Amino acid sequence: MKVTIDGFPIEVEPGTTILNAARLIGGDIVPPAMCYYSKLQGSGGKCRTCLVKVSKGSEKDPRPMPKLVASCRTTVMDGMEVQNITSPEVIEARRGVVEMLLINHPLDCPVCDQAGECHLQDLGYEHGAAKTRYEFDRRTFEKIDIGDKIQLHMTRCILCYRCVYVADQITDHRIHGILNRGDHSEISTYITKAVDNDFSGNVIDVCPVGALTDKTFRFKNRVWFTKPVEAHRDCDKCCGKVTLWYKGEDVLRVTARKDEYGEAEEFICNTCRFDKKKTSDWVIEGPRKVSHKSVISSNHYGQLKPPPVVKTNPVLIEANKEQFERETRL
Amino acid sequence: MGRKLLLEHINVPGINTFDVYRSKGGYAAVEKALKTLTPDEVVEEVKKSGLRGRGGAGFPTGMKWGFLAKPEGVPRYLVCNADESEPGTFKDRYLMTYIPHLLIEGMIVASYALGAKTSYIYVRGEMMPQIRILEKAIAEAKNAGFLGKNILGTGYDLELYVQPGGGAYICGEETALLESLEGKRGNPRIKPPFPAIAGLYGCPTVVNNVESIAAVVPIINDGGEEYAKIGIGRSTGTKLISAGGNLKRPGVYEIELGVPVEEFIYGDDYCQGIANGKRLKAVVAGGSSVPILPANLILKTINNEARLMSYESLADGGFVSGTMMGSGGFIAYDEDQCIVRNTWNFARFYHHESCGQCSPCREGTGWMEKVLHRLEYGHGKMSDMDLLVDVSKKIEGNTICPLGDAAAWPVASAIRHFRDEFEWHVTNAGEAVTKNYGLANYADPLPKLETAE
Repeated sequence: MKVTIDGFPIEVEPGTTILNAARLIGGDIVPPAMCYYSKLQGSGGKCRTCLVKVSKGSEKDPRPMPKLVASCRTTVMDGMEVQNITSPEVIEARRGVVEMLLINHPLDCPVCDQAGECHLQDLGYEHGAAKTRYEFDRRTFEKIDIGDKIQLHMTRCILCYRCVYVADQITDHRIHGILNRGDHSEISTYITKAVDNDFSGNVIDVCPVGALTDKTFRFKNRVWFTKPVEAHRDCDKCCGKVTLWYKGEDVLRVTARKDEYGEAEEFICNTCRFDKKKTSDWVIEGPRKVSHKSVISSNHYGQLKPPPVVKTNPVLIEANKEQFERETRL
Repeated sequence: MGRKLLLEHINVPGINTFDVYRSKGGYAAVEKALKTLTPDEVVEEVKKSGLRGRGGAGFPTGMKWGFLAKPEGVPRYLVCNADESEPGTFKDRYLMTYIPHLLIEGMIVASYALGAKTSYIYVRGEMMPQIRILEKAIAEAKNAGFLGKNILGTGYDLELYVQPGGGAYICGEETALLESLEGKRGNPRIKPPFPAIAGLYGCPTVVNNVESIAAVVPIINDGGEEYAKIGIGRSTGTKLISAGGNLKRPGVYEIELGVPVEEFIYGDDYCQGIANGKRLKAVVAGGSSVPILPANLILKTINNEARLMSYESLADGGFVSGTMMGSGGFIAYDEDQCIVRNTWNFARFYHHESCGQCSPCREGTGWMEKVLHRLEYGHGKMSDMDLLVDVSKKIEGNTICPLGDAAAWPVASAIRHFRDEFEWHVTNAGEAVTKNYGLANYADPLPKLETAE
């Protein structure tokens, strides 16, 4: 099936969603997604940030779709033409959605552990207005511990339902969910029952914001001061392929490997995530490539090309030798 | 007074019992459909009748039935949407309370037409008396052989169940209703797939309003063509209107579609004018979610023609100067009502009833309510009106289900038509909390249309 997104044509399998077709093309035209998660069945359609305009329905029925559609849940038709960043209507609607998402989200990035790898932060930076028009109290909640390793700070939650799908699909039973309705809805374990399951830690990875955080990492460090390293171990529960986040010699946290859209490639178990925090537990594969756009790469000089002057100036190379070795060690 | 099809025998004592209903010609449609017509012929009759969904959207019922997928070996379901909770609408409750067998009869005929062996009536949780009434009516019908195995010896089996809801407005949205019926949280599903392909338990399902299903009975009795003769244009048949607000005689009226709005408000057969000799200020014509109109625009369209109670005429002028038929919740406001307060009240309702699944509706409804509350209590700003219009635009059309639109329209239309009153609430904030703005110019005759030279 042929679909054109912002003028880029691509051939895809029938049943592919517009969002996935756009991801195959890549680049700026990929709509942002806060709730869709390709590994979780049934996710998506809720946050409305991935809205796009279908300017031509299909070859057979060329009428445009009357409303903007959620690209993560709309499948492509042969000959469909989609406008994402080329449509002012879409940009306007997306700006509206970002504003809505930020209404009840605290701007506490300076004290939030997710800062630096937060999707809402990126989205707000890209589409949000500099000032809020909302002049009322935001909803706040007490922090709750769900289990001894995970903390839920509902104030930051944008209700993407990803963690609910994780509990449904990769743990054997779900004991947390959405309570209440409208802007009173909250993720909760009802009677603060501990989420205790080998794979429950994945709710941390799928959370697009800082609502679900790793208690073993909370307030230990800012992510952009840590160095991500790919590693694996022989695990009897999961694939054992992880990213280790180093600060100096110490492993501060362990997460699943995430792709360029921030989605875990394979989910990992709680033993790998919470209990294996020594370098000796792991087989190191090498440094993780971080997009140069990400704030996480800001401290990773190793991936930058050395300035040309250093290359051709033996005196400077000699003078900076020690620093070079330190930076390129991993 | 026009012809009555649904409420013809409403004043007969004991019409809520099976025996009286039967003696007045009840269940004749079941006999006619099951014994003389094939299911496809029943669908064909409904298509010919031009019946349009009475729940709000006005989608042709026959066409909806025609879309139902019919794969082999998969059960099909008919679900009756009796989750009537729109502010201003109370026609279904009236029908279920006083003439429950009409709904049961319609359910049997419609289930037969769709080939459903199990059908559900999803009733709003607050309507406990109606649930009891329906259950009693189903028991009576079953006793008389109109439900259960081998109905009237035709070999058609049907089980009918009443399911009380939890009392959420959102469960009136068809996919949220199905989720709730399946025992899950009542969140609307993302469409497609539509219920006609994958609805209840993943099977093809039709969801119809109570009144739509009841209207199938006269259609089968008289024939679709006969039914289509009543009404005007594409608005065929009769419609239950639940008139409320400051009317002299509020209540549920069965009107032939096409009655002028002016006659409906002031006519002796209908509401007999505004109570206490006051003047009409504004009307919400089809339940809280449709745009509100000032008196001059509800009585006349923008072209100075009389506005009629029909799907087309009420929508004449689009969102600029028209409104919608909606579910028939007709609310009239007299000169002493405050439109700002009313808009705030509606916004409060939608804020409370938003399911919280998609972000524009979850956050936007609450935001609008807070801004309107501020305006109503004299703390508003001049920029608030533009803010409200902008927020409503950001919600409208960007949500999973129509609740977002329903929340946005009343706010946007109130500001469009009653901006003076909103501004007065800002400029005269002190006065606004003690007295009302009054009628102002909202009932003035419309200016003559200028024609371009």
